[in-house]
Amino acid sequence: MNQAACESDDALLRESASRLFRDHVTAAVLAGVERGEWPATLWQAIADAGLPAALLPESAGGFGVPVSDALGLLREAGRVGLPVPLPETMLAGWLLAGAGLPVPDGPLALVAGAGLELQPERSGWRLSGECSGVAWGRAAVAVVALVMAQDRAFVAVLRRPGDWALQPVMNVAGEPRDSLRFDASLPGAAVAGAARGIGLPQLRAAGAVTRSLMIAGALQRITEMTVQYAGERRQFGKPIGGFQAVQQNLAVLAAQAAAATAAADLGAQGFAEGLRLPAIAVAKSRAGEAAGIGAAIAHQIHGAIGFTYEHSLHFLTRRLWAWRDEYGGEAEWNLLLGRHLAAAGADRLWPELTAL
Amino acid sequence: MSSLFSFPSPPPCPQAEALRGEVRDFLATELAERSPLRRAESWNGFDADFSRRLGARGWIGMTWPKRYGGHERSALERYVVLEEMLAAGAPVAAHWIADRQSGPNLLRYGTEAQRLSLLPRMAAGEHFFCIGMSEPDAGSDLASVRTRATRVAGGWVVNGTKLWTTNAHLCHTMIMFCRTGRPDETADRHGGTSQFLVDLTLPGVTIRSIDALTGEHHFNEVVLQDLFLPETALIGTEGGGWSQVMSELAFERSGPERFLSSFALLVELMRVIGRDPSERAAIAVGRLAAHIASLRRLSRSVAGLLAAGADPALQAAMVKDLGALVEQEIVEIARQLVPPEAGGDTYAAVLAYLTLHAPSFSLRGGTREILRGIIARGLGLR
Repeated sequence: MNQAACESDDALLRESASRLFRDHVTAAVLAGVERGEWPATLWQAIADAGLPAALLPESAGGFGVPVSDALGLLREAGRVGLPVPLPETMLAGWLLAGAGLPVPDGPLALVAGAGLELQPERSGWRLSGECSGVAWGRAAVAVVALVMAQDRAFVAVLRRPGDWALQPVMNVAGEPRDSLRFDASLPGAAVAGAARGIGLPQLRAAGAVTRSLMIAGALQRITEMTVQYAGERRQFGKPIGGFQAVQQNLAVLAAQAAAATAAADLGAQGFAEGLRLPAIAVAKSRAGEAAGIGAAIAHQIHGAIGFTYEHSLHFLTRRLWAWRDEYGGEAEWNLLLGRHLAAAGADRLWPELTAL
Repeated sequence: MSSLFSFPSPPPCPQAEALRGEVRDFLATELAERSPLRRAESWNGFDADFSRRLGARGWIGMTWPKRYGGHERSALERYVVLEEMLAAGAPVAAHWIADRQSGPNLLRYGTEAQRLSLLPRMAAGEHFFCIGMSEPDAGSDLASVRTRATRVAGGWVVNGTKLWTTNAHLCHTMIMFCRTGRPDETADRHGGTSQFLVDLTLPGVTIRSIDALTGEHHFNEVVLQDLFLPETALIGTEGGGWSQVMSELAFERSGPERFLSSFALLVELMRVIGRDPSERAAIAVGRLAAHIASLRRLSRSVAGLLAAGADPALQAAMVKDLGALVEQEIVEIARQLVPPEAGGDTYAAVLAYLTLHAPSFSLRGGTREILRGIIARGLGLR
């Protein structure tokens, strides 16, 4: 059947990405990144596998997999806490390809927002302003900006040293989230109108889908880790997983992971079907809520050892705390969804929900 | 363990979406006069005439073979009918159990004669079923049932008491779970149990009302005293009752009725907060909607797994556990956003109705603690 064929393609991509991530992302690599190291071997393996191009059409160097399958890579990335800018590079390339601009090789940073200004100049454009929370700005070979000018969205690519000044910042997970300041002259060929329908809200939503999927993957992994730990750790003469109080909490953790997975899949579908914001709001809100509940239970069951740097649980729980706030936390997306549904009216609530 | 998080996307089904429009049109006419308070009854609303009209439309037993009165439609089409009924607050209680679990149980384990005699009337919305599982001393611990069927010439004689049998006073047949093993067999609690069809009009069956805390009559005690059942009343195999009951429960736990019980209140809350709500109200209802949308995806996924012949008992337990939480939370959030006296009489009545019913959402069909125990077992902890 067709459906089975689709699933096996998807599984193949995810399986090979998952193996690659597992082989390269060790606790040592994760800790090294927090000390400021760039995991060059990991990035090279990802680049060799073509993963940064997963969202690109074949004409732009992609391998033409369905968008939802390409995004599925990010669930695998979430499982290991992938410490390289794969999601941002995927999105930046997707933005560039949509604007008809060439996609540079190498890790890319993505900036957008009201803090940026793009103005025409004599021989091109000038981009000025600043952005904070830029994932892996310090590692980027180029910065891709989505910026409003003349009432429409433009994509600009900055690739010369000196096009931006960088202040290094980290999120609670020790992932680079740098502040960038721009005052750059850009040649005309470095700027183009964004693809139809792509503006700041859509890019934020696309980012929210990446984080929803990563949260789902990380929640799945911490569920596995916590179940394993509860089976090994013995107190009062038996594994702590034998106590009903612990079992009930583990069941809640697993159910939250499942809910986040379903919500993130809905968000990926919303991305694939033209960035439907309400569906993506469901994804980020529900996954974000699950992230907080799940991380708390994982720590509770791991006890003191899970609170140490030596134990690897924190590489995922700290990311869950970071990712739930990136590209909008629960309140932001719940507000968008709530206003969307309220505007439709009470009697349209159900039709709106089934259309998500 | 990755199968634990395996909730495959429901496949696209254009016929199901076409059907959705038909169902909405039907319900818009049928329920035009139904008040929000009646809609809040959700799948407790019992209306035999409505069930018969639904049967005439071919919307009961939709997936069953045509030779048994079914319509051989897909599980996703059936799912569309269920969720549209619940979202609209249609009175579906009369046929709900037959459609959800008794029919599938007979299709799987029943004899040809049982199927031919019962399924067509069930699909027509004319023959209603109820569940005889719990007993006074067997609630969550179902394996401790004491009702016993003893072999006699030509059949069985049953003695015992079934409890919490919803709508037994309005239904035609109860599927009874009871002991059939030798009384001295106590080592194997799951063995020696069987399922039977009990015609509720037979002498030896006494049905007594147990009013809920609201004063409503849904529950019953069904006393079986020297009840004679013919050989043909046995469902499946003698001694196979436990596994038959367990396979029934995946159907019972994953449907849209497990997260839509308070939907009528959410609709009325949306009506009161209006099209331009406060930021606080918008955030609160947006969150509830996100929960419902996520549960709907999980539940549709389980429906797809069931249709594909998988055994998603674990996923079904997750749907029900998460679903009851949001059903109960809708009540708490509604009352804090809009207190009863501030929302008008209709809103206040729906809020009151669901406040009183909410405790049952995490009891019926498997308590929260039992469901979490099932999930923990699925995780390999028990």
